[in-house]
Amino acid sequence: MSTRLETHGRLIDRSTSVKFTFNGKWMPGHAGDTLASALLANDQMLVGRSFKYHRPRGIVASGGEEPNALVNLGRGNRHEPNQRVTTTELVEQMHATSQNHWPSLEFDVGAVNSMVSRFLPAGFYYKTFMFPRAFWKHVFEPVIRQSAGLGAAPHPETRDPDRYEHFYAHVDLVIAGGGMAGLMAALAAGKAGKRVLLVEQSAHWGGRAPVDGDVIDGLPAEDWVKNTVEALEKMENVTLRLRTQLSGVYDHGYALAYERVSDHLDDADAPRHRLWRIRAGQIVAATGGIERPLSFPGNDKPGVMLASAVRDYIVNYGVTPGDRIVVVTNNDDGYRTALTARAAGVEVACVVDPRTEVDGELPQQVRALGVPVKTGSAISKVKGLKRVVSVRVQPFAEDDGSYEEIACDAVAMSGGWSPVVHLWSHCGGKLNWDEAQACFSPDPERPPTNQNGEGFVTCIGTAAGGLTGAEAAKTVADRMRGLDIAADDIAVENASETPLAPVWVMPAYAGAKKRAKMWLDFQNDVKVSDVMLAAQEGYESVEHTKRYTTLGMATDQGKLSNINGLAVLAEALDKGIPQVGTTTFRPPYTPISMGAIAGEAKGDLFQPLRRTPIHDWHEEQGAYMEPVGHWRRPYCFPRDGESHEDAVNREIDATRRSLGLLDASTLGKIIVKGPDAPKFMDMLYTNMMSTLKPGKCRYGLMCNENGFLMDDGVVVRLDEDTFLCHTTSGGADHVHAHMEDWLQCEWWDWQVYTANVTEQWAQIAVVGPNARKLLEKLGGMDVSKDALPFMQMAEGTLGGFDARVFRISFSGELSYEIAVPASQGRAFWDALHEAGAEWNATPYGTEALHVMRAEKGFIMIGDETDGTVIPQDLGLNWAISKKKEDFLGKRGQERTFLASEDRWQLVGLETLDGSVLPDGSYCVAEGTNANGQGNVQGRVTSTYYSPTLARGIAMGLVHKGPDRMGEVVAFNKVDGSTIQAKIVSPVFYDPEGEKQNV
Amino acid sequence: MSNAVSALQGVSETGFAHIKEMGLAGMVTLKADLGAAATKKAVKAAVGADLPEPRGMSSGKKEDGVAWMAPDELLLFCDHARADEVVATLTKEMGSSHHLAVNVSDARAVFTIEARDVREVLSKLTPADLSNLPLREMRRSRLAQVPAAFWMNGNNHATVICFRSVAQYVYDLLCMASKEGGEVGYH
Amino acid sequence: MLTLTCPVCGVDACETELAAGGEAHLKRYGPGSTDEQFEDYLFMRPNVKGVHFERWRHAMGCGKWFLAARDTATLEVFGTYAAQTTEPPAEIINAIKAKRPDWSLT
Repeated sequence: MSTRLETHGRLIDRSTSVKFTFNGKWMPGHAGDTLASALLANDQMLVGRSFKYHRPRGIVASGGEEPNALVNLGRGNRHEPNQRVTTTELVEQMHATSQNHWPSLEFDVGAVNSMVSRFLPAGFYYKTFMFPRAFWKHVFEPVIRQSAGLGAAPHPETRDPDRYEHFYAHVDLVIAGGGMAGLMAALAAGKAGKRVLLVEQSAHWGGRAPVDGDVIDGLPAEDWVKNTVEALEKMENVTLRLRTQLSGVYDHGYALAYERVSDHLDDADAPRHRLWRIRAGQIVAATGGIERPLSFPGNDKPGVMLASAVRDYIVNYGVTPGDRIVVVTNNDDGYRTALTARAAGVEVACVVDPRTEVDGELPQQVRALGVPVKTGSAISKVKGLKRVVSVRVQPFAEDDGSYEEIACDAVAMSGGWSPVVHLWSHCGGKLNWDEAQACFSPDPERPPTNQNGEGFVTCIGTAAGGLTGAEAAKTVADRMRGLDIAADDIAVENASETPLAPVWVMPAYAGAKKRAKMWLDFQNDVKVSDVMLAAQEGYESVEHTKRYTTLGMATDQGKLSNINGLAVLAEALDKGIPQVGTTTFRPPYTPISMGAIAGEAKGDLFQPLRRTPIHDWHEEQGAYMEPVGHWRRPYCFPRDGESHEDAVNREIDATRRSLGLLDASTLGKIIVKGPDAPKFMDMLYTNMMSTLKPGKCRYGLMCNENGFLMDDGVVVRLDEDTFLCHTTSGGADHVHAHMEDWLQCEWWDWQVYTANVTEQWAQIAVVGPNARKLLEKLGGMDVSKDALPFMQMAEGTLGGFDARVFRISFSGELSYEIAVPASQGRAFWDALHEAGAEWNATPYGTEALHVMRAEKGFIMIGDETDGTVIPQDLGLNWAISKKKEDFLGKRGQERTFLASEDRWQLVGLETLDGSVLPDGSYCVAEGTNANGQGNVQGRVTSTYYSPTLARGIAMGLVHKGPDRMGEVVAFNKVDGSTIQAKIVSPVFYDPEGEKQNV
Repeated sequence: MSNAVSALQGVSETGFAHIKEMGLAGMVTLKADLGAAATKKAVKAAVGADLPEPRGMSSGKKEDGVAWMAPDELLLFCDHARADEVVATLTKEMGSSHHLAVNVSDARAVFTIEARDVREVLSKLTPADLSNLPLREMRRSRLAQVPAAFWMNGNNHATVICFRSVAQYVYDLLCMASKEGGEVGYH
Repeated sequence: MLTLTCPVCGVDACETELAAGGEAHLKRYGPGSTDEQFEDYLFMRPNVKGVHFERWRHAMGCGKWFLAARDTATLEVFGTYAAQTTEPPAEIINAIKAKRPDWSLT
């Protein structure tokens, strides 16, 4: 059984007790345990089920490469699926549950897939669920959805209560990996005065060296690491970060590091995760290596682990996965596991090695302990269902019929090591195939390049291909010097190693049946036979094979399976591994939390919300708000018991009969000033603006070069060379950028300055027959018809407020828009309400605004326009100057299809029954198009109930609409029926403008 | 005007940093040829300050000052009540020289950050390189999702300017970034 | 995530402080131009793999537009320069040729 040992466990504190649950069962552990080591200490060998066949799965690895041991972690708001137990630090009251099984981990109905696995080969889904088509929706998809997926998704009503943040850091070097190589590099760079950030994904410095007993600079690794970290902590230019993984490398020296700030603390009032957004001169990858599994029949059973992981659990956590271990290895390093196990008092049944000659230093030590070394041998079978019971050992190369059953409860396998080259590859660093060590390692001549065309990632240590301590240390010194950083040569001593045998599959003669039991990808259930089938079916490219078999496509991204899969494919295609190539590595290295990606952008900070100076008043009144760009504007101000519809109708009625007040502060306001401002305004607007007299207002249209209507608003000429351009609420920033673009990039010799002063002013529309009376009551300015006629502006003091008063109307009523400095906006709003009480001054929202403008036939950018509409479509020819030689959009509008009469054009629409046309409804026409869809001849752009007219009114674009006044056309409804509507003038209310002109 | 209020009316909060909205501040944008003698003279007359170096700031009378915003743009600081007067002075002094002087005081909100090292707060929100930002250099960048300008008066004091409409957003950002327990220990 | 030095204010800006503006050095065709000229101006873009001249605005900064010469495949930046020019200046051309000897304008 897997148990806690009496000795060992350098990372745990045996004096502590930490309680946690697995599938509801309470278990004890120690501070310093990972969830994986704690589970193994409690003999919890079975931790999950595989994705496709629901095979029993145990822990395979001891780090981020773990493919099997994914659990649901936490409850309620803190529930998270697919958490790797090997990288989860144990905390008190941790609750973990296993995944991908039903009804229970021990008894899983889905495991029946395993029995029919020969009917579920690679590409099974592609081949099977093709026909009949109707089956897909009602049979295949529901069944697949039921059985697919790993962990349980969080409940939709849960909300993550934790906080997250980003942190931007600009450094000379960021070093990924705090093992021996990373520490050596940090020391050198730190001494050289570089700004260094050293990050380590685990909770401990030193990496594998302390486990493997390296002697560094004459000191045991553990001591050397401690000394070095202490030295680094004293350096002000070096920042050290544990529990922080450099997860991705991006263009121009950009990198992301994922820090798990408080996952390991109970109840800390701290951010949970922090995403470091790093800009580095050089990214140093000291990311070490990952041990490869071996492919032998039954290699996926619980109890079969990586040899290095077995060492880690024994040395670091004082936990052994079994009482009697078999080691199977194609290299000398695997023998360290036998030595470590024996030193911890764990029995080693034998070492199985496919190599025929094995006489390196490490194997000799193993033999000296009396452990049998079975050379030229292979494991050909693993017995046991939910855990290993015994293995069958046979000759590796040729089947002579002999075999031996060896009882054991754990198998430690080693297929050699692969450098972790992910960070090197994220931005395009190239790899070489290292024949001697049978691995891909970074080619220093072909690094990923930055903005200067220079390499910006450097691999050191094992990640550079230095698979022994001494070689790893040598790469550190070499590569740091390559970066012009002086680095000492540090001696690392350990047992010498003889070459490995590039064995991927064992035994060599295994037939189809055995190969169907050799797992490559443990999580996605891809076997040697699947890859061979893919090759047989013509998938020659590794990228295609990957997608066909799903090899390496699980959440572990093939950290254990890629090279083995590649080797099997190469063998099947009878090619060399480098000829078959490798798949692309993409960030992140291991999954990072969505919270970390979002950072602070959640809840109230999800996106910026723009508030007018009167915003708080609206909220106090209980206004129903709607988003307009990033602004929030009151849609309406419902009173007690009032529906939104009732409120809108009341607001319109009050405004049209007496007095309404609108917070129009969101309206864009841009100053355009300079000797060439009139010329610029003429280019910007379709109208002639240069002829506008100071103090006068003019409604203007702005088009893009395509000729399409982009924005509209009232232009005011403040003085001879100064214009104030009003834009739509959402459009101010865009229009200002548009102006600056033309001024800076096309007409840079024109003397014009612009300033976006939108937020300098609070703007309030005072609307209705009593509007003038209210302003007169406030006093201070002459706002009479003669002194301030329609479409003029005046500056002065109104009721004690500095004000710009514009006599403009978007409602058809007598109307003034009054701008006061934003700091006085709220006070002015209050003053208007107080003084306007005698006329029932009524605040109205955007919906009343929309209805009133529609009653007047005024267009709204975004309703009547959609980026393909020209002013001519909207009957706005009067606003397009014929005299000007040029304006933005003029040439575009001359194109034949825009100049044509044959277009959908703006009309009013009146339903025959008085009802309201559905929003977005199409005007139907005879016949069908090439796709068999009904033809259309127009569409509704704005549709409302008009309380003024007590009926539905609408505007729409209808094919040659203005020529078809009085014609009745049909508009479709969602239920398939149609509504009859008559084409009328879009101006429904006061067509002569008698009300606004008083 | 006595009833003038800033966006957040001086609100403040203390985490591992002290965040405070500064209340009303006078700000005037001047766009002009910064190499022209008239501009230099006008700025001196308006706020008593010399023209700053690119991205720099210079001090004038009392709390007045001026910051370089772009090769053709300055931001003048003064008392809120005096902003229109500064505009008038600039307009008068610039005379017929092409320029644009406009009061933008109310289009802005101003915050101060006080902390052991203010970069611990700002680095959570801006991609700007704060390790190498000289003191009293105006950095125009972004804070999370909105544009902002800021400068450090010392490692323990920074000033942030943003648009008035997003004052609450920026205040919330700064408070969140300086919440106890979120100390990074990097700067 | 690119970094470009704004030649106007001198700040090394992160891509998130910038707004991209498409191809640089377009010649505007207005009224009086042929359909082909106008189509070229408005729509036809070479979409090169390699050296490319493009427009950027330091949107979350000084607000100014500038131009950049960049390799679209390797993302190497040969230089940034003022927007007030109709063609790449000599020093930019030289910087590109120093790195890409086979390259020539047009």
